[in-house]
Amino acid sequence: MLGYIWLFLIITSIIAAAFTGRVEKVTFAALNSAKDAVTISISLIGIMALWLGFMNLAEKSGLISLISGLIKPITKRLFPQVPPDNPAIGNIALNFSANTLGVTNAATPIGIKAMEDLQEINPKKTVATNAMCTFLAINTAGFQLIPASAIAILIAAGAKNPTVIVAPTLVTTIIALCTAIFVVKTLEKLPVFAVEKYKEEE
Amino acid sequence: MDFGFIKKILDIISIWAIPVIFAVIPLTALIKKIPIYETFIDGAKEGFDVGVRIIPYLVAIFFAIGMFKESGAIDMLAQVLKPVLDIIHFPVDVIPLAIIRPLSGSGALGIMADIANQYGGDSYLARMAAVMVGSSETTLYVLAVYFGSVGIKKFRHAVLAGLIADAVGIFTAVFISRLFF
Repeated sequence: MLGYIWLFLIITSIIAAAFTGRVEKVTFAALNSAKDAVTISISLIGIMALWLGFMNLAEKSGLISLISGLIKPITKRLFPQVPPDNPAIGNIALNFSANTLGVTNAATPIGIKAMEDLQEINPKKTVATNAMCTFLAINTAGFQLIPASAIAILIAAGAKNPTVIVAPTLVTTIIALCTAIFVVKTLEKLPVFAVEKYKEEE
Repeated sequence: MDFGFIKKILDIISIWAIPVIFAVIPLTALIKKIPIYETFIDGAKEGFDVGVRIIPYLVAIFFAIGMFKESGAIDMLAQVLKPVLDIIHFPVDVIPLAIIRPLSGSGALGIMADIANQYGGDSYLARMAAVMVGSSETTLYVLAVYFGSVGIKKFRHAVLAGLIADAVGIFTAVFISRLFF
């Protein structure tokens, strides 16, 4: 599916560029974006290493399984295939908390740690598991308490009362989160998306 | 409700969360008699691998989105969608934002800033755009980074689920904004 979206983006860009006369700009953007992708990946390494170091300490000290235990009642429904004491559960909870508080630079490395834990119990290493998809559906719903960057932009545009967006944003994001969970749980049961349909390649 | 007060508490939490974590985790490790320094290094080692592993995934997604943003396709797509979205009174100015939101975080913030600057920070449209930006995530980027970090190539239903949730979020943002502002 991502392949189709990818192709759609490329083809529509080229067609649109032909109409708008921006062919050269689009070519430049394509090459430049590839460079940016590497710059971003490399610049993530430091923060990633720092957090993965701390998360390893937290895991070995039993902090992660402590958190896993606390939220068992919720997570056993969301992630039935993951053993409740698996560190993945604790890391998913921490990733969600970090995103909720807007501490995004911690959220990504912790989330990646959760993905690694989930990958360990994944029999097909190149195919996503239900637990991974559920985790990412929750993550991409973008739940956070204070939309800090949106508020910052409103202030920059001269807003006198930017925090009025907090309540409606919270209502919207809760609805989006519930939808994400409902949709991902429904889709995983469809035969088109069954794990058995996907071959592992290497 | 007094949001200023709630915001202050949340600000304190977000300022202190990281320093507290940096102190609590090694202290717990000390109590549990875990070799602190070695354990940290072992975990940190993975940082490099993850950074390198996500490169092809990010190159693929950034390349396509970079072209898309530059080509003017967003405005053309907005024109195509306009007649349909008019039926439900979806404001035409936020259509480009709705298209870019799942694709590019910086792109969405840029378009939101344009709307806020054009209509004013306290305007109805700026607030609606802010709710849209604040209530969702850059779905394709998140999927690329997280799946990329462990080498997953078949995303199964994750993409469709993410995009459906985004679409519902965007329409909800419009509806809720109309209710609130």
